[in-house]
Order: sequence, then C-alpha cells, then structure tokens
Amino acid sequence: MSKRIDVNNLNVYYGGFLAVEDVSLSIEAKSVTAFIGPSGCGKSTFLRTLNRMHEVIPGARVEGEVLMDGVNLYDPQVDPVAVRRHVGMVFQRPNPFPTMSIEENVLAGVKLNSKRMSKSDSQDLVESSLRGANLWEEVKDRLDKPGSSLSGGQQQRLCIARAIAIKPDVLLMDEPCSALDPISTLAIEDLIQELKSEYTIVIVTHNMQQAARVSEKTAFFNIAGTGKPGKLIEMDDTTTIFSAPAEKATEDYISGRFG
Amino acid sequence: MTTTQDRQSAGVEITPLTAPAQRTANTAFRGLSITAASLILVTLAAVATFLLVEAWPAITDASGELADKVSWIRPDEGQSLIEIAGYLIFGTVLISAIALLIATPLSIGIALFISHYAPRKLASGLGYLIDLLAAIPSVVYGLWGAIVLIPVLQPFYQWLADYLGWIPLFAPADDGTVSNTGRVALSAGIVLAIMVIPIITAVTREVFLQTPKLHEEAALAMGATRWEMVRMAVFPFGRSGIIGATMLGLGRALGETMAVYMILSVGLTYSFQILNAANHNTIASYIAGQFPEANSQGVSALIALGLALFVITLLVNMLARWIVSRRSEFSGAN
Repeated sequence: MSKRIDVNNLNVYYGGFLAVEDVSLSIEAKSVTAFIGPSGCGKSTFLRTLNRMHEVIPGARVEGEVLMDGVNLYDPQVDPVAVRRHVGMVFQRPNPFPTMSIEENVLAGVKLNSKRMSKSDSQDLVESSLRGANLWEEVKDRLDKPGSSLSGGQQQRLCIARAIAIKPDVLLMDEPCSALDPISTLAIEDLIQELKSEYTIVIVTHNMQQAARVSEKTAFFNIAGTGKPGKLIEMDDTTTIFSAPAEKATEDYISGRFG
Repeated sequence: MTTTQDRQSAGVEITPLTAPAQRTANTAFRGLSITAASLILVTLAAVATFLLVEAWPAITDASGELADKVSWIRPDEGQSLIEIAGYLIFGTVLISAIALLIATPLSIGIALFISHYAPRKLASGLGYLIDLLAAIPSVVYGLWGAIVLIPVLQPFYQWLADYLGWIPLFAPADDGTVSNTGRVALSAGIVLAIMVIPIITAVTREVFLQTPKLHEEAALAMGATRWEMVRMAVFPFGRSGIIGATMLGLGRALGETMAVYMILSVGLTYSFQILNAANHNTIASYIAGQFPEANSQGVSALIALGLALFVITLLVNMLARWIVSRRSEFSGAN
C-alpha cells in the first residue's frame, strides 16, 4: 500500500508570491519523515502540496513535480480529489465532524467513495480503524456519541482513525501534537511508530525532540527573512541531522540558537 | 522591587483594595441592557394582552349575536367567525408553505454560491444585490407581481394544469381551465417567495461563511469533492441556522399583507387547487380588506383573527426551536 514520494524542483506560489523555492527531496515508503524549521519557513505549505491541499487557498499553484511511485500528482490528468484519497492528512487541531458520531466520523471518508457497505463490514472497518489508532478500547462503548465529546488527544486519534479508514498510501501530519498535552502526545507518537509499518508518514513538527523520537529522516526548512521564500536547507538521516548536520543554519536551529 | 510608595511617588494612582467600586460605565451599560431586554418582553406582553382583550367579545360570543352585527359574516349562509378563521388559517398556511417551498432551496443555493462557489468579487456584489431585494417595499412587489409577473405566469399555469393536472395541487377547475387572470394562490406564493428570499439568503449566507475552515479542510483532505464537502461540513454546521432563517422567512410570509392583498383574487374554501382563483385568502390580507369599513364588533372579530395569526407564528417559532435543540449535542457549539 505505502508508496514513496519524489519531489523535483518544486516551487509553491500564492498568487505572485513565491512561498517555497526549489525543493527536491525523496520520502521513503514505510518510514517516518519529519519536516522541521522555524515558523513561516514553508514546511506546512510544502506538506500540503503533497496532497494538493494548498489548492484550497485561491491563487495557490506549484511548479515542478511530485512523483508518487513515479506518477506525477500534478499531471493534468490527475484529479486532486483522487490524490487526497491516496494521501491522507491529519491537522494541527483535532477536527472531527461535530455533527457526526464517533462511528460516523470514522466512516465519513469511506462513504465518500459511495460504496454500499454491509452493516457488518462497516462495523469491522470502524473497529479495525479505531484499533489502528489505539482508540478502540476507550470508545467502543460509546460509538454513537458525538466525536466532540472526546478529549483533545482522543479526538486527534479519531482523526487518525478517520484518515486510515480510507486506506491511504501516505499519511501527512501537520503538527499533530501541537494542541495536545504530553500524555496525549506520547500516545500519538507511539501510534506513529506502529503506523509506519503500513504507511509512509510525513510529519511537520515544531518539537525537535519529537522529530528525533519518531522519524528516520529529517528535513530542515528555513527562511532568509520576512517576504523571502522558504527553502529546504538539508535533509538527512535524523541521527545525522541532530548530531552532525552539514549546514551551519541547521546546527544553529537544533541547538536552540534561533527559531 | 517597586513598592507601593515608589509607584505613588512616580505619580501612578493606586486604587486601595477596600475602595468602593466606581464603575459608572459598567453600571450604566448593565442597566441599559436590562432595560432593553425587559422592554421587548413588555412589548410582547402588551401586544398579546391587547389582542386578547380586544378579541374577547368576539371569541366569547357563543350566542351568535356577533354574526348579525358584522357585515362580512353571513349567518344566513351558515357562517360563523370560527368557520371564517378556519378558511383564512388554511389559506395563510397554504400560501406561506408555497412561498417557503420555493424560497428555501433557492435561498440555500444562492447563499452557497455566494459563500463557497463564486469568485470573491462576484460574491460581494451578488450579496449586495440580494440585500437590496429586501429593501423593496411590499406594495411595490404587489404592483410588480400583479402587473408584470402574473401575465407572464398565466400561460405556464395553463400548461401545468394541462399536463400535471392529475396532481391535486395543479388540478384545473371543472371546465378544464385555470384562472385566466392568474390571480391565484400560486402567484401569491411566488411573489411571497421572492420577498422572503433575501431574508433567508442573508442569514444562511452568514451561517455558511462561519463554517470552520478546520471542518471544511477535514472533508477535503479525505478526498471530498466540493459538493461532498458542503454536505459533510457546511450543511451540518449550518443546519440550525438554515432552520432559523427559514422560520424568519415564514414569519414574514405569514404576516405579509400588501402583496397578497394586491395579487390574490380572494375566496373562502379549503381547496388545495392553487391554480384556481377565488379559493383562498390570508388572515393579514383579510384584515386589511375588512378593517376600513368595520364597526366595533367587526374590529373585535378582526382582532380575533389577528390573535389566531399571532398564535400560528408563535407555534411555528416554538417548533423551529424544538427542531434546533433536538440535536444540540451534535451542533458543534460545544
């Protein structure tokens, strides 16, 4: 299921403004890749180009290519809606649908494919997805309660369950723990470790310890100044980035000298 | 470390902890908002009392004396005030229902277009135009409906009766024709629909615009098309707003006098045939028609009809509140 991603010379624009400049990198299948960098460096923007979610903002466009197992996501024949069914996403703040029950939330994405599912099939899927998100034991007795009745950490795991229910190839996480307490953060990080056996995971984080804990590869993004485009400074094995980075800027950032 | 004395010597005025609170603006505003809130209750109570007191003679008239003194009640034809009220309530609800059936889907469509589909420039211009529709006086709608719209609609009514006449609503009169003036319940409903569209659109548009980006993105990121996103995130979030907006529109439609008065060829029946003239009338239009020539008993009877309208509107609002509260747990407000 999981796929690798190769990005070649990608520029991201908002209207006439160049937000991210000339990024080329490779993301391995069945691994965790972390994007770190100061605020506004374009790491979230870049993450969103991997499932074409940046297109939600009017005027946003890209140049260059994003290859998922060799298929360019920006090929004119590729439908962004289809891309997002292959590349799932978890957001900074937990966003279960408040009008849906826990069960309906998990099935929300599956129903989009307008497949008719038997009751037992959908129950199985709810259970396997919630188990996959380490949430089943906590919610199995109240699947009909609204998703918003859960705690923040549980809501975020519900969002992960919702994302994996549609069996994506890649899972993008945009600072998934930044609104959570340390215990919930730990639960999500444990979950990421389990999920990487099946999914290619890309995580944006402000928390460098988190990047060090969960990822195999780390990419450091930086920005020269306000109004300048964000750039990929370097990308390497996480251990290398945190012990012997090649670039001075990376070392300054991870040692806490700025950002 | 700065002590109190340091700060005093620096010219900073310090309020002692034990000093009486001097918050004039705060107190004044509190008083003002309590007054405003009470005033609305007092007004409501005053109107309700007025209606009850003035209508009392007519309501309690068991002997049928009233009917002899009010010109528009014809006891010789077996009419009573209750019977007339029945016809009028039926007509009012029927015509308002037609108006809402037409206006609600259109308004939601317009609001959705403005909030989620149109380019920004077009959206603001269109929103402004819709708001302008609300500024047109109802008497102008009445004139326009009677002179311009109805002649255009009449052939269409004939077509409806010819081809869809098997539907009871569109059934023609016994001779197979529909009203050739077009002054029928459907016309009144259509004009009322145009009048309530701006109200429903304005409120639903605001609600749709409030949809959290977070939920919209959640839907899109799962591979929802724009329409699926609207159904997953925008509609559920705006549900109570849509109901509220519809009820606002219904309130206007139920009480609208002038446009109906000018358009409808009136009559008193329980007919569902909305293409035939002289079948329906509404409470508001009836009151407006009879009031100028009514004697004191007649006024009392008309006020009793007004009371009936008041009660209907109240019931409609209570129903709407109940619908909204039924799934408040899932509203997203928590």
